[in-house]
Amino acid sequence: MAEILKRNKALAVNPLKASQPVGASLAFLGINKTIPMLHGSQGCTAFGKVFFVRHFREPIPLQTTAMDQVSTVMNADENVILGLAAICEKSKPALIGLPTTGLSETQGTDIKRLVKDFYTAHPEFAHIPVVPVNTPDFTGCLESGYALAVKAVLETLLPEKTNEVGKRKKQVNVLAGSFLTPGDVEHIKEMIEAFGLRPLVLPDIGDSLDGHLTEMESSPLTVGGTPVNDIASMGESIATLVLGNSLFDAADFLKAQTGVPDFRFDSLMGLDAVDAFVAALAEISAKPTPEKIERQRAQLQDAMVDSHFMLGFARVAIATDPDMLYGFARLVTEMGCEVVAAVAPARANILQDVNAAQVGIGDLEDMEIAAKRNGAQLVISNSHAVETARRLGVPLLRAGFPQYDLIGGYQRLWVGYRGTRQALFDLANMLVEHGHHEPEAYVSIYAQRTGEGRATPASGQTH
Amino acid sequence: MQAKDIAELLNEPACAHNKKEKSGCARPKPGATAGGCSFDGAQIALLPIADVAHIVHGPIACAGSSWDNRGTRSSGPTLYRIGMTTDLTEQDVIMGRGEKRLFHAIKQAVDSYAPKAVFVYNTCVPALTGDDIGAVCKAAAEKVGVPVVPVDCAGFYGTKNLGNRIAGEAMFKYVVGTAEPLPVPAEAQRPGITVHDVNLIGEYNIAGEFWNVLPLFDELGLRILCTLSGDARFHDVQTMHRAEANMVVCAKALLNVARKLQTDYKTPFFEGSFYGVTDTSMAFREFAKLLNDPSLTERTEALIAREEAKINAALDPWRERLRGKRVLLYTGGVKSWSIVSALQDLGMDVVATGTSKSTEEDKARIREIMGDKTKMITDGSPKALLGVVKEYQADILIAGGRNMYTALKARIPFLDINQEREFGYEGYSGMVELARQLALTIQSPVWSSVRKPSPWAKTSVPGIELGA
Repeated sequence: MAEILKRNKALAVNPLKASQPVGASLAFLGINKTIPMLHGSQGCTAFGKVFFVRHFREPIPLQTTAMDQVSTVMNADENVILGLAAICEKSKPALIGLPTTGLSETQGTDIKRLVKDFYTAHPEFAHIPVVPVNTPDFTGCLESGYALAVKAVLETLLPEKTNEVGKRKKQVNVLAGSFLTPGDVEHIKEMIEAFGLRPLVLPDIGDSLDGHLTEMESSPLTVGGTPVNDIASMGESIATLVLGNSLFDAADFLKAQTGVPDFRFDSLMGLDAVDAFVAALAEISAKPTPEKIERQRAQLQDAMVDSHFMLGFARVAIATDPDMLYGFARLVTEMGCEVVAAVAPARANILQDVNAAQVGIGDLEDMEIAAKRNGAQLVISNSHAVETARRLGVPLLRAGFPQYDLIGGYQRLWVGYRGTRQALFDLANMLVEHGHHEPEAYVSIYAQRTGEGRATPASGQTH
Repeated sequence: MQAKDIAELLNEPACAHNKKEKSGCARPKPGATAGGCSFDGAQIALLPIADVAHIVHGPIACAGSSWDNRGTRSSGPTLYRIGMTTDLTEQDVIMGRGEKRLFHAIKQAVDSYAPKAVFVYNTCVPALTGDDIGAVCKAAAEKVGVPVVPVDCAGFYGTKNLGNRIAGEAMFKYVVGTAEPLPVPAEAQRPGITVHDVNLIGEYNIAGEFWNVLPLFDELGLRILCTLSGDARFHDVQTMHRAEANMVVCAKALLNVARKLQTDYKTPFFEGSFYGVTDTSMAFREFAKLLNDPSLTERTEALIAREEAKINAALDPWRERLRGKRVLLYTGGVKSWSIVSALQDLGMDVVATGTSKSTEEDKARIREIMGDKTKMITDGSPKALLGVVKEYQADILIAGGRNMYTALKARIPFLDINQEREFGYEGYSGMVELARQLALTIQSPVWSSVRKPSPWAKTSVPGIELGA
């Protein structure tokens, strides 16, 4: 059980945290024909947009209620109504996400009432669901904002309590956590399909943010993602797979509302974690594990044996959002590494289970200090940690948000047997490339090598 | 910041379009607004000052998504790349602990990083709860012994453009005139050359592009006291009042600084650009004119003749490749005309340009440079831009990073012209890089591949036919 170290300084230096509104936006971006509109000043949206555009290298639909000085001081309710109407009229979305920001929360907005007011004022848009969610940026982080948005989607779109579990015999719900990349989501769907099941993934960034050229040249809404109409049918699935501890709260709601049994996973990296997932799929489908997946498992085992020489005793520093931190810490410790610095940007239940002596709530400066003190040999974090790793003189494995200096980072597969195998290869290669300490060359004072120089007794090196 | 202060900033007498409606008066439309806020603008304007600790006072969204996110380069200190924020928590907001946290944050920054000064950027939440950052900065400065400058730039005050002005105003109010320039070192003196002190306002040294130009300033004996703010130091800004001439580089937004330097210190200024051969030469000529030094004029003309001959020879092969290519330029403000001259130098044809953020003066410049037939675009939505690309058969879209994927998704060549870009295009030598990047995308073999339908497809794939 890890000791959680509270934030203990006034100034955050080299922030690790991305905000809750940004996280909520990401969740909405995984739903088809959707656009999130942040209730705040236009900068909240502009920064969020640039953040995602640079990470995914995709156009990102994101709008703003554009609070200005007058509406900030007087009242910004009208901005929400006007903004929703403008989007409905212009883009005809299947869904609008409506996360709040620090500004509108400080002002004291009642976002749920505003959605009701909107429908009263504009009954013509009653068919377009609007999902309000309270996501001030002065609490939580990207992961918690994402989780709140997923829960809000369920609260808005699930019908009243139903009792139709298993009506769709092959449909399996997947609540996909924010630690998963589009590549991960794609792979998870393939694994589920390999058992003859049909995955219904919420949110499905594997379908909307995977980066593909389409016939459509431009769209003001998401192209791909979970179809809005499917979400109401989640109560008819035979099971729910919950990926990521941060989504357990949303999962509780889904289960209470629908009665669909769920299987929960904190991580999908590493042999044990993936085994649990595959075992669940076998149980749900009542089918044997396909040959192909067995083979992938065997390949991972082989990679574990091959790479344990490099990874054993390796000292790793990790700074990411909580679910991912837990997953990486578990993966590397299962390979014989030691997590010597672990930092998360905000509190979460899963942090106490992280395989490290201590987990700090903080920033990249905190990680840097701990990594330096404890002699870390490798850093796992986002692109902001490039300079940190350079100062530490160790390699960086980029993971999490944002990754703006790595083509395809957004798409990388981390999970499952296959993703884990590649992660182990990369970790091992980084450590090899960065070298380990061999004795320095020593030339005997008696060596007969003229012209090469030799040690003198006085300066003879000792190790 | 009070409403009257904002109105004051929006009133810029040096702007030809000042009589028109102020840009801040048109309220942004909810659900249909793009672009950054005042904090964004202020941070962009000042962050390049390399030896300053830049503290963003607010919850995480402001700094968390924006730090370490700029192409500006420093030749020395890298402190400006360290992201700092008070990262306000719910407790801070509710209990009113923001000011206290800020005070300690300033102290922590000075203790850990020994900056030459601290800049504090105010953001929406503390502006709404009423943190008196001016008072905190004053108290902190006394305690820590380095200047602490408040930049009151909450996002809801207005646009990015207003933020630029707020930044300029803060520099003028708190920093300019607080120190004297060092004497010119004896070893830098050359016989027959009188050293003149000048400032460049609105030069950001993106991707180090100003270093293409700086050696020429040295050659002419022009000492740059300060570029506001690319590769600048705090001390540079302090000495800006001692310049003999100022150039406002591609940035109407910081015109207020130039105007105030003129009013208070009688320093003349001109507006210019280092994009393109013509404009670069023009900039040096303007300096020579304002400084009124016959020797400088003579040496300037000689330098221009030499550099133009050299660059024209280097550009010839590129002109072959780019001549007649049709460009749709969509950028804000000054770049809508400053980059045009560079493209025309390459023999390219600018068929349309964006003017949504341009001032009346910018528009007049566009007409002057490109004639009346150039299409001016005000609707910057992806759909509208792609419509213009098709209508005018443009070979390339040149725009800011946020439009990159508009072009790429529609299979259209693209060049990034904004501050996040990774290549520098300024000065004579920058033209070669610009030409190279243009040819690289326009003539890339990928376009025909991605526009080709799969062998088994019956319908064609979208995207315009390639001209070449």
